[in-house]
Amino acid sequence: MAQLVQFLLAGLTVGSTYALAAVGYTLVYSASGMINFAQGEFIMLGAMSASALVAAGMPLLPALLIAIVFTTLVGIALAKLAIEPARNASIVSLIIITLGAGQVIRGAVQLMLGKGNHALPGLSGDQPLSVFGAALAPQAIWIMAVTLVIVVGLMVYFSTTMHGKALLATSHNRLAAQLVGVNTMGILIFSFALSAALGGIGGVLLAPLTFTSYDAGTMLGLKGFVAAALGGLGSAPGAIVGGIALGVIESLTAAYVSSSYKDAMAFVLVILVFLVAPQGLFGAKTTDRV
Amino acid sequence: MSEKTPSLGLLFLLAVLAAFPLLSPGAFAYDLAIRCMINGVIVIGLNLLFGYTGQISLGHAGFVGLGAYISAILTACFGWPPVFALLVGAVATASLAFVIARPILALKGHHLAMATLGLGIIITIVLNNEMDYTGGSDGMSVPTFSVGYWTLSGDRGWYLLLSACLLATVMAALNLVNSPAGRALQAIHGSEIAARVAGVDVTGVKVKIFVLSAVIASVMGSLEAHYLEFITPETAGFGRSITLMTMVVVGGMSSVGGSLVGAVLLTLLPQALTSLEGGETIAFGLILVVTMIFLPNGLVPAIRDRFARQRP
Amino acid sequence: MNAITTKGLTKRFGGVAAVDDLTFSVPQRAIYAIIGPNGAGKTTVINLLSGLYVPTSGEITLLDRPVAGRSPEELARSGLSRTFQNIQVCMNMDALSNVMIGAHVHLDSGFVAGALRLPHIRRADADLKDRAAELMSFVGLSDQIKSRASQMSYGGLKRLEIARALAADPKILLLDEPAAGLNHTETDAMSDLIAHIAARGVTVVLVEHDMKLVMSVSHRILVLNYGKKLAEGSPAEVRADPEVIAAYLGVAA
Repeated sequence: MAQLVQFLLAGLTVGSTYALAAVGYTLVYSASGMINFAQGEFIMLGAMSASALVAAGMPLLPALLIAIVFTTLVGIALAKLAIEPARNASIVSLIIITLGAGQVIRGAVQLMLGKGNHALPGLSGDQPLSVFGAALAPQAIWIMAVTLVIVVGLMVYFSTTMHGKALLATSHNRLAAQLVGVNTMGILIFSFALSAALGGIGGVLLAPLTFTSYDAGTMLGLKGFVAAALGGLGSAPGAIVGGIALGVIESLTAAYVSSSYKDAMAFVLVILVFLVAPQGLFGAKTTDRV
Repeated sequence: MSEKTPSLGLLFLLAVLAAFPLLSPGAFAYDLAIRCMINGVIVIGLNLLFGYTGQISLGHAGFVGLGAYISAILTACFGWPPVFALLVGAVATASLAFVIARPILALKGHHLAMATLGLGIIITIVLNNEMDYTGGSDGMSVPTFSVGYWTLSGDRGWYLLLSACLLATVMAALNLVNSPAGRALQAIHGSEIAARVAGVDVTGVKVKIFVLSAVIASVMGSLEAHYLEFITPETAGFGRSITLMTMVVVGGMSSVGGSLVGAVLLTLLPQALTSLEGGETIAFGLILVVTMIFLPNGLVPAIRDRFARQRP
Repeated sequence: MNAITTKGLTKRFGGVAAVDDLTFSVPQRAIYAIIGPNGAGKTTVINLLSGLYVPTSGEITLLDRPVAGRSPEELARSGLSRTFQNIQVCMNMDALSNVMIGAHVHLDSGFVAGALRLPHIRRADADLKDRAAELMSFVGLSDQIKSRASQMSYGGLKRLEIARALAADPKILLLDEPAAGLNHTETDAMSDLIAHIAARGVTVVLVEHDMKLVMSVSHRILVLNYGKKLAEGSPAEVRADPEVIAAYLGVAA
């Protein structure tokens, strides 16, 4: 029993990071209909820059904050330099652009910080707590708590603020939103900034639990996308549920089926979900008029 | 102009292929040429699927890896003749592609991108995990390619074989795109609905081209394995899939010549960047971004359009 | 034998009956117009006839053969072609290839034959190219034969679609709002084109809002309202029908 709780907690922990990444994807998708394949690299960038700053002697909290701000700025740069010039390109072109941008970030980190693994200290130290007989790192509680706060904040933002509603309007029909005066490009840049920030936060929170390196972003990003797709792209609650669910399924797969194939689980799931219900758990079915 | 260009291009290719050995290239140059040709054929196959038919595939390297490892395992572990192993690899890849094609190709846009990506990653994970057969991430040795008692070794032999493969593929591809089947491919890209009402069996054609491009990748993967005499799961990895995609995008979507240009350029590029760790990744990333922004159809179509506009 | 007959044709989307128990017949070689207010179900009828929608119930026969629920590809092989309200042209191809794809059902589209460039494919393609150029002239696009689809105007693309539909040498042509977005001159040209097409022996069914076009060129008209048949008859009969006037045409001042 304690073992099961252990696995569930591990799943919840990593699932929270997936959830944060998934929300990042959902934000960009909502604002532009595009998938930001560089999302995973934002997560990695947050973790790696925080780690580098701490290694250079900076105290933990300022290092984390600067890392998050830095990642956000990179997100804005990506939006302005790579997405804005190509705003009328096809979805496929935009996918490729974000793929390329992600590679640039990854290569730059590899260039600056090398290929090694990097560590980051946790926010409340590394002594595990005991929960229902299972060991839980305090960092895990931070991850879940912060994710919860962010999720609630986002839901309030979308439903009550003008800005949030403008973002949703843009996602449904960009031309119509433009015609009523919504600054759709501004919304797009904002969504990239926000999802980069979320990625950065996720990165600095998760890094103490796992080592981070220049290529940690790829898998995380892909799984975050899987989580977002499972929950239904364009649905923030869906992203959260998808993330947590994926984390738990992965953890249980590692425990009871095969630990070396746990990574494959995410992709098997996404193929299955896409074949059965492409709109995901909470997404809306769309039909095209001919 | 459009009818003559394929023949001119083909003659040019033939001339280049024939002239290259006459320049007394060293082993290094031969190696580069061979890698260019292997990538060239794979990229032509991928271009037929992605550039012409518009089906994005982010896991294409998975098929290359499948062919490579099936050939490697059958020849190294079971002593099979390489040609047999290559054929089995092709059939196995074709079967997998066939089974997965129909449901996956019903998806579009990012759904398709993600599903094909997932497929490639699953293949890579399997290759990494089944260490008893594959040697895991450390890789495995591959015997040389032989047909009966005759062993293919040495640069000139491989150069000849791959030149023949390349020429055959280029000719077949050029013929295909100028035929009713080729128009059907491009129509599917342009408007699936228009294609359907014109009588094109859209699903059937998509499946066929997916399987065809997968088989091309598999065969070249097998040959590459025997040429390199050593493979790792990176052959099937996401990084290679991105590289292949970049070659299609940069050289020219829906352009056979463009596929070759892209393959050559991006096979040679890493050679110029070997010094910087991560430099190659940055360069590929930048090339992808810049090309998609300024030359969304790729180099060769952009050049072709520039000439077309200058005519009276 | 009629070109098209429907009996009790119904299409529901959820609780809404877009087309409700519709029965009508299109005589061969006629120009048959379907009119009605927006949302009356006109495009739904076209989509049903061309196989893009499967009827919820009812029958459709094409030249006395039942075709309800058949796919668009099968219907293309049976001699049916159509155009679209929102143009569906392959902007990635040149104009001529767009027309050539229309003849797909008559060609050998095998991959192997294509890759080997067998003689019969070469010959068929050469003939088709000439025919496609002729068709483009027929629809008034003789100056665009060498253009790419992306270079053409909206009106040109509408006519290109018609050329594509004609490339299949169809027995029946469905035109979905061919005059949408066209100015007066272009509409008159479209009217002439439709008459010429029918003169070649093709049965034309058109969905249209432009009453001048409809009244001048049609032999018979079907009026729809809320998915149901409101009236069916000659232009004169329909024009004078009081229910049609009340629902759609407007009372004369």
